[in-house]
Amino acid sequence: MLVLVIDTSSAAVTAALVDVSGQATVRAERVTINARGHGELLAPSIAACLSAAGVAPAELRAVVAGTGPGPFTGLRVGLVTAAVFAATLGIPTYGVCSLDALGDAGRDEPALLVATDARRAEVYWARYARGARVDGPAVSRPAEVPTDGITAVAGQGADLYDFGVPVRPERYPPPGSLARCAADRVRARAPSEPLVPLYLRRPDAVAPGAPKAVTP
Amino acid sequence: MSSDQPLVLGIETSCDETGVGIVRGTTLLADAVASSVDEHARFGGVVPEVASRAHLQAMVPTLERALATAGVRAADVDAVAVTAGPGLAGALLVGVAAAKAYALALGKPLYGINHLAAHVAVDLLEHGPLDEPCVALLVSGGHSSLLMVPRVGGEDVVELGATVDDAAGEAYDKVARLLGLPFPGGPPIDRLAAEGDPDAIAFPRAMREDGFAFSFSGLKTAVARWVEARRRAGEPVPIADVAASFQEAVADVLTAKAIRAAADQGVEHLIIGGGVAANSRLRALAQQRCDAAGIRLRVPRPGLCTDNGAMVAALGAQLVAHGATPSALDLPADSALPVTDVLV
Ligand SMILES: [Zn+2]
Repeated sequence: MLVLVIDTSSAAVTAALVDVSGQATVRAERVTINARGHGELLAPSIAACLSAAGVAPAELRAVVAGTGPGPFTGLRVGLVTAAVFAATLGIPTYGVCSLDALGDAGRDEPALLVATDARRAEVYWARYARGARVDGPAVSRPAEVPTDGITAVAGQGADLYDFGVPVRPERYPPPGSLARCAADRVRARAPSEPLVPLYLRRPDAVAPGAPKAVTP
Repeated sequence: MSSDQPLVLGIETSCDETGVGIVRGTTLLADAVASSVDEHARFGGVVPEVASRAHLQAMVPTLERALATAGVRAADVDAVAVTAGPGLAGALLVGVAAAKAYALALGKPLYGINHLAAHVAVDLLEHGPLDEPCVALLVSGGHSSLLMVPRVGGEDVVELGATVDDAAGEAYDKVARLLGLPFPGGPPIDRLAAEGDPDAIAFPRAMREDGFAFSFSGLKTAVARWVEARRRAGEPVPIADVAASFQEAVADVLTAKAIRAAADQGVEHLIIGGGVAANSRLRALAQQRCDAAGIRLRVPRPGLCTDNGAMVAALGAQLVAHGATPSALDLPADSALPVTDVLV
């Protein structure tokens, strides 16, 4: 039961083929750290995974995509790729909050903070209790993130800001965890889900006032 | 695939229209467009992030609508073409990623093409084979260019001139805002102009004699000054006359330069494309001046002049028919793609 996994919510351009029949088994993965490279790198990464695993697109059961939160431009590359790839093959898509994949990787932690780079001196964050999300996702200044009682922090935000707790090794959403977060839905043949990006911020645009006078 | 009549799907996301078109050779089968224009209205111009979000949301529904209209299955398509540039970087990226996903999932060749060249190629769908060579005047909210096109789909397009500041459509939007008219400014100004006197106010015609570049910033400022002076004097602003006189200045400059470019190049054919090609005065004046100069004019119907996927598919079909080499999967979106790069 093979699924294509895509995540472009962070500086990692992630594509993988994961078998979710039993334990989520990664059959092929390509993870490239390049914050501005999603548009160019993602499709070749998917092609490389398919060829490494010797799998044809028609053999895929579903596409699982990280829906963010993450920088908008890169995030959209992953979501539109997942949506069109699945639509043309007539297979379902399932969305996973990208932070949940980091939460899943740290499911042995009683109180885990996941923090990723939201640029503009902010982080995208969520809190997990043994893998289950209990707060977030949200975007905040690092000082405003509720850190009471946390036992560890994961995600690239831990490289940028000090949260005063041990730092786990996972920096970007692990492909196997992304697949695990959707595995039940894949196995149950749940209805396809629209991939709705978790932007968490409005577009920067302000309605203009009256036109400025050109004559002094 | 029938090599001279390939079934090509085209994706366009360079500005605020999500377009998916399907053609067989030069026959239009589907032209699905979802526009985010209403979402930009209160900002008085296209907001790139708003456009990009709308593209993502509209992509799959628009794709499915195009396939259903054409009565073909996704797998029937021979090739996928997509606008690789020029345009808004984030918006282009959505379309390029969508096209790659389609091509990769179904093992189809991918063609990243130039938006401006597609504006020319679209006329094949309406008026059949183009008379070559021709001069193309492409005017919209995002671009204003005068091109020499020796062959549709050929790599040897020459840019004779482009705007040095605002695009023609942008000038319309800014003047509309000044007059309290809605965005986009083209249609309301065109409507008002019909009731006004185009000779009422002598607005400046920028750079009439030197070269083929356009400039609309000075005209826009001249309109603003004129309107402000009236308001300051407490006099009513005759907005129909302002609209008509402004529109006349734009149409005059565009057509004069286009005709002069055709004469200069020794070319007998002119094609006009882009959203501003829907403007009634531009069409009428271009026809009148082409008739006088012995130049044959072609303007696609307004629905094909504005940005759409059919134009991308039309150019893609020409490239396939000419045996062009497909683009690689790492095809970049290039917001400043030069017009000489017809295929990336
Ligand atoms: Zn255009």
